[in-house]
Amino acid sequence: MAQTLIEKIIASASGKNKIKRGEIVFVTPHRILSHDNSAAISKIFEQIGAKKVWNPDRIFIALDHAVPPPDERKALNHKLIRNFVQEQRIKNFYDCGTGICHQVLPEYGHVMPGKIILGSDSHTTTHGAFGAAGIPIGRTETASVWAIGETWLKVPETIKITLQGKLKDGVYAKDVILYVIGQIGADGANYKSVEFYGNIVKRMSISERMTICNLSAEMGAKAAIAPFDETTKEWLKGRVTQPYEPLFADARAAYEKVLEYDLNNLEPQVACPHKVDNVQRLKDLPKVKIDVALLGTCTNGRLDDLKIASERVSGEKIAPGVRLLVYPASQEVLRQALKLGYIEKLVDAGAEVAVPSCGPCLGAYGGVLAPGEKCISSANRNFKGRMGCKEDTGIYLASPATVAASALAGYITSEV
Amino acid sequence: MEVQGRVWIFKDDDINTDLIFPGKYTYEPLRPEEQAKYAMEDYDPEFVRQVKKHDIVVTGKNFGCGSSREQAVTCLKYAGIDAIVAKSFARLFFRNSINSALAAIECPEAVNAVFEQKAGQGSRLSNLVMKIDLSAGKIFLASQEYSFPPWDEQAMLIFQAGGLVEYTRQRLQNK
Repeated sequence: MAQTLIEKIIASASGKNKIKRGEIVFVTPHRILSHDNSAAISKIFEQIGAKKVWNPDRIFIALDHAVPPPDERKALNHKLIRNFVQEQRIKNFYDCGTGICHQVLPEYGHVMPGKIILGSDSHTTTHGAFGAAGIPIGRTETASVWAIGETWLKVPETIKITLQGKLKDGVYAKDVILYVIGQIGADGANYKSVEFYGNIVKRMSISERMTICNLSAEMGAKAAIAPFDETTKEWLKGRVTQPYEPLFADARAAYEKVLEYDLNNLEPQVACPHKVDNVQRLKDLPKVKIDVALLGTCTNGRLDDLKIASERVSGEKIAPGVRLLVYPASQEVLRQALKLGYIEKLVDAGAEVAVPSCGPCLGAYGGVLAPGEKCISSANRNFKGRMGCKEDTGIYLASPATVAASALAGYITSEV
Repeated sequence: MEVQGRVWIFKDDDINTDLIFPGKYTYEPLRPEEQAKYAMEDYDPEFVRQVKKHDIVVTGKNFGCGSSREQAVTCLKYAGIDAIVAKSFARLFFRNSINSALAAIECPEAVNAVFEQKAGQGSRLSNLVMKIDLSAGKIFLASQEYSFPPWDEQAMLIFQAGGLVEYTRQRLQNK
């Protein structure tokens, strides 16, 4: 029987030739990812009664959430993780400042096409950008995988999403995926895998594919995959050193749904408070004054994002009273952005540039909102209270170009 | 396996993990009993004041969408909640729930019945009492009976073991 991409990847990770939709199989991940939650996971690992992790080389930990730690409790949390890493001889450990787990994992060659990445973070779907299946799980399940090296998965249905056309100038991958989420809803892909096709996806850079796969978590996807091609191959060159074999969906694979979008006329989009599927055209939005503009995070903190934003603000100053926060996705991104002058342009415009990390996206610390404040953000969630405060706050999600333009104007706009 | 308790009505769809357990507490090393103090903080501050052991939450679709944070499950469990009956659950919340042995039941019919009986009331704590027979897949509410489909076999094994910690512990011991 013809198979979809997720079916092939799950079959491969479970050591089976053929699997059926709805079947329950056990899989061993190529990597299992965690971050600041690793201390909590290690406690559960001890509760399980495990002594040694099943395979230290498949465990990946990057500290990225509360970085650098703002208080002694969070500093201690990091210390417990470092101790565990040392005890268990985990070599794929990336300390504070290296970057956000979802950026560091592929940068350091840990994502291979055709493999399963399990992650104790909901945005593990990001790794679909490399033709892999990034599947999010919880803390207890992560501890269990550390102990026994496998977990169960139900082979999901697959939705095929085809993105056709040519995007207008000023319209980006972020606008595309916000539009799609607006169309299919916050649970539109719940329990399901998504495969992205079409000439828009073909033309997308790896960074842009990471953006659409990352945000697919916001429609409930179990995995979201942009199939391997020359772009993937180029990007992985010099990063993944072992040979790998990409997998592809069969031409006659059966999909639960096929959704085709012609995006020639797509315009900049914005997800309004407090749901990610509350999406509309930016130009239909009444004037919203902003206090904070957040650029960065695992969704849109890469080099192309910083380039676009820095060009928008070049030679200008952000509006009085607005804070423009910049969180590059990784040290590698930061280093290149420094070299290419993007950071200088952002700083000259009045931006506050931070250490590569998740920053205020989840309100854990740093850059959080005060009561009544509004934020335009390039991140992935606009839930009430998400950025640390729920009192009359509002988070609007949009592309880095819109974030930069809004920081200059003082209200939400995509106009230069 | 039977559960019986008072019914909380969260009459919204897409109640996300930030509303259930705010992100600002996620990297605090809190014990489950401490997590319970923040349950539903950004959705209904009354919840922690009035919640009691064995209460049941009844809610709309896609409950628990958003983050993978497991505290969204453990804070409810340690606040006293024995079961959540929803129109549907977000995948991660459902898995976390089974892994923590908190009953997550999908039964749109029962949810609609509850929503109809208690339209537009102030407090989210209703005077309804619900009984759930987990083995038989039945919900009993005001002389009516509703069926729900059983969990996947693997999910049932984990739930019956008392959660994934116990389940994996037994697997390790039997190795």
